[in-house]
Amino acid sequence: METLKEKKTVQEQQKSVKISGAEAIIHCLLAEGVDLIYGYPGGAIMPVYDELYKFQDKLTHILTRHEQGATHAAQGYARVSGRVGVAIATSGPGATNLVTGLADAQIDSTPLVCITGQVPRHLLGSDAFQETDIIGISTPVTKWNYQVTKASEIPEIMAKAFYIAKSGRPGPVLVDITKNAQFDELDFSYTKCTGVRSYKPAPKPDAEALKQAADLINNAKKPLIVWGQGVILGKAEEELKALVEKAGIPAAWTIMGASALDTDHPLNVGMVGMHGNYGPNILTNECDVLIAIGMRFDDRVTGRLEDYAKQAKVIHFEIDPAEVNKNVHADVAVLGNSKETLSLILSLINPNTHKEWLQLFAEKYQIEYDTVIKNDIHPTKEGLTMGEVIEEINLASDQKAVIVTDVGQHQMIGCRYAKFKQSKSNITSGGLGTMGFALPAAIGAKMGAMDREVVAIIGDGGYQMTIQELGVIFQHNVPVKIVVLNNDHLGMVRQWQELFFDRRYASTVMTNPDFVKIAEGYHIEAKRVTERKDLKSTVQEMMASKNPYFLEVKVEKEDNVFPMIPSGAAVSEIRLK
Amino acid sequence: MKNEWFTISVYSENNVGLLNRISGIFLKRHINIESLNVSKSEIDHVSKFTIVVNTTEKWVHNIVGQIEKQIEVIKAFYHTDDETIYQESALFKIASNLLFDERQIQNIIKESNSQIVTVSREFFVLAKSGRRFEIDEMYEQLKPFGIMQFVRSGRISVSKDEMQISSLLREFQHN
Repeated sequence: METLKEKKTVQEQQKSVKISGAEAIIHCLLAEGVDLIYGYPGGAIMPVYDELYKFQDKLTHILTRHEQGATHAAQGYARVSGRVGVAIATSGPGATNLVTGLADAQIDSTPLVCITGQVPRHLLGSDAFQETDIIGISTPVTKWNYQVTKASEIPEIMAKAFYIAKSGRPGPVLVDITKNAQFDELDFSYTKCTGVRSYKPAPKPDAEALKQAADLINNAKKPLIVWGQGVILGKAEEELKALVEKAGIPAAWTIMGASALDTDHPLNVGMVGMHGNYGPNILTNECDVLIAIGMRFDDRVTGRLEDYAKQAKVIHFEIDPAEVNKNVHADVAVLGNSKETLSLILSLINPNTHKEWLQLFAEKYQIEYDTVIKNDIHPTKEGLTMGEVIEEINLASDQKAVIVTDVGQHQMIGCRYAKFKQSKSNITSGGLGTMGFALPAAIGAKMGAMDREVVAIIGDGGYQMTIQELGVIFQHNVPVKIVVLNNDHLGMVRQWQELFFDRRYASTVMTNPDFVKIAEGYHIEAKRVTERKDLKSTVQEMMASKNPYFLEVKVEKEDNVFPMIPSGAAVSEIRLK
Repeated sequence: MKNEWFTISVYSENNVGLLNRISGIFLKRHINIESLNVSKSEIDHVSKFTIVVNTTEKWVHNIVGQIEKQIEVIKAFYHTDDETIYQESALFKIASNLLFDERQIQNIIKESNSQIVTVSREFFVLAKSGRRFEIDEMYEQLKPFGIMQFVRSGRISVSKDEMQISSLLREFQHN
């Protein structure tokens, strides 16, 4: 791919100069350290694109094939790099096409700044060509949004947008800029935003709450940690590890928290939730102290709330006060940034090992291994399983790859079996469950971590929702590895139909095109594996390739993902088959 | 948990779009706003939303958390009716001839402590402030004579306890 421009530090411009609003937008982006944006041009954003043309040596613009792809690529970039992802689009349909990505970024706390063009100020409200109320539309799915109608507002609003997107609990921000504000001139000077009077990014940790939490942990006989993405967003991976090791507490993760602690760490007991591991789910209802860190008790994690960890004292480490007591009552809430709160509590914690308690996790794992895992990753039946593909990727990548998953069965299998040695390695659409996320997100992830292998694992359904982004991979030669686990079904919906709708397979069978030919149409090297004997060597070939690579694996059509907590059941009612 | 009446008070910046953002929080949870009032507050350039809802304490707690999370919201509180002093205002437009022909109307005006705001050849306007039931009572009394127009405002309220908003603002500014 094109060499990404070196990150240039742009000195804050102290003295003001007269420039157009469109040029000012570029200077704001450069001042925020942005060197890569994703987008799609159109009428109302053309002045900005004209400036992008002039500044192409400093700021790379990637033309996605759909605006949704731009937001997901920006998300992938942000999630893997910890920086703010930027997407840009025109008014009307350009803007509405961002909505899915905004909603995804909002629920998964991903820092994005999206810029949309808007019809000129004097045409607002006239139903002008490509006018849409994107502020109204995006309000429920943004952390903040603002419509700029005057060029002079641009520097302050852009500075605020970046500050809000990345501070506290991160999230997406949308700035809608009328065309007149792009053309008009302003006296430009830029100062980074360091605070907004009505906005408190992170509460200050409370010493009393920390002490109460430490007392509970120190006296616990059967403590369990469940961590989420808050650990990754707070850059608290080391602190988590230190706490887990010092207190000897088994630690489980939500899908969004995956990779914050090495998969092979002896105290990492696996994933919680609907398709999580047997042990941590069952034992959630046996622990005496549940320590939730940077997670929000999503219904897919808790199952039936009335029967979730009722026997346990709950400690909730959380940056967002609105999450405390939202779904699960917290006996002690430790508010604040996870890095700060975890490092503060560490000195109050007594060293411990919970050998007998840990032994229970090992026993439950053995049950799960014998009934589920063994057959998933070392199958003896003829058909290929999704699990064995993931296992081959683990082996061929030495567990070092960034794994980007879409939504459905392959996502659950991917998150269950992918192994990680480094944080920020599991990129998926957790909260919103957006099919079509993975392909564009993988493009962004690769561009955000050029030194890492990025493997997108996608189902045949989701793949076809954003398949057009193969055009970006081809045009910019983005060396991502794309693995489509093809069961010719919308597998997860089919699984539910089988289990809960008496096998009435309504609209879940897919007659698929020749995916290899499609990839080849984009000049991407492509292979199809239909038999086990070819799997290992083809995955190895893919991982060794320096170029984009497409691999379709024809997997068993009617496999189900287990364990499973049926919708509405308690975590302890998890089914192994 | 049973439904109760709650008054939510929101101190915020005065920005375009914030009303939409706040009302969306109720919409998302399928909770009806029973009454809404937006005005200036005791602090310069700070707006105050007064929102009345009938819901459970769990939900009102959740909603206030979500409101407070909005960037331009400085602080949000919720109170039960017992914890606040509250009122609504109403205007009644009535045909002028009734004022002279119907003796009972003059009694209603006196007893209800309402004021005559204006009188013209065609109509006169009565203003009444008070609790919802007092306004409803007056409405029922006047209804038989014919009400040309009626309007009632949203609830306005002040809390009995201090809301400590000024000190919060100072804290924001120093951070």
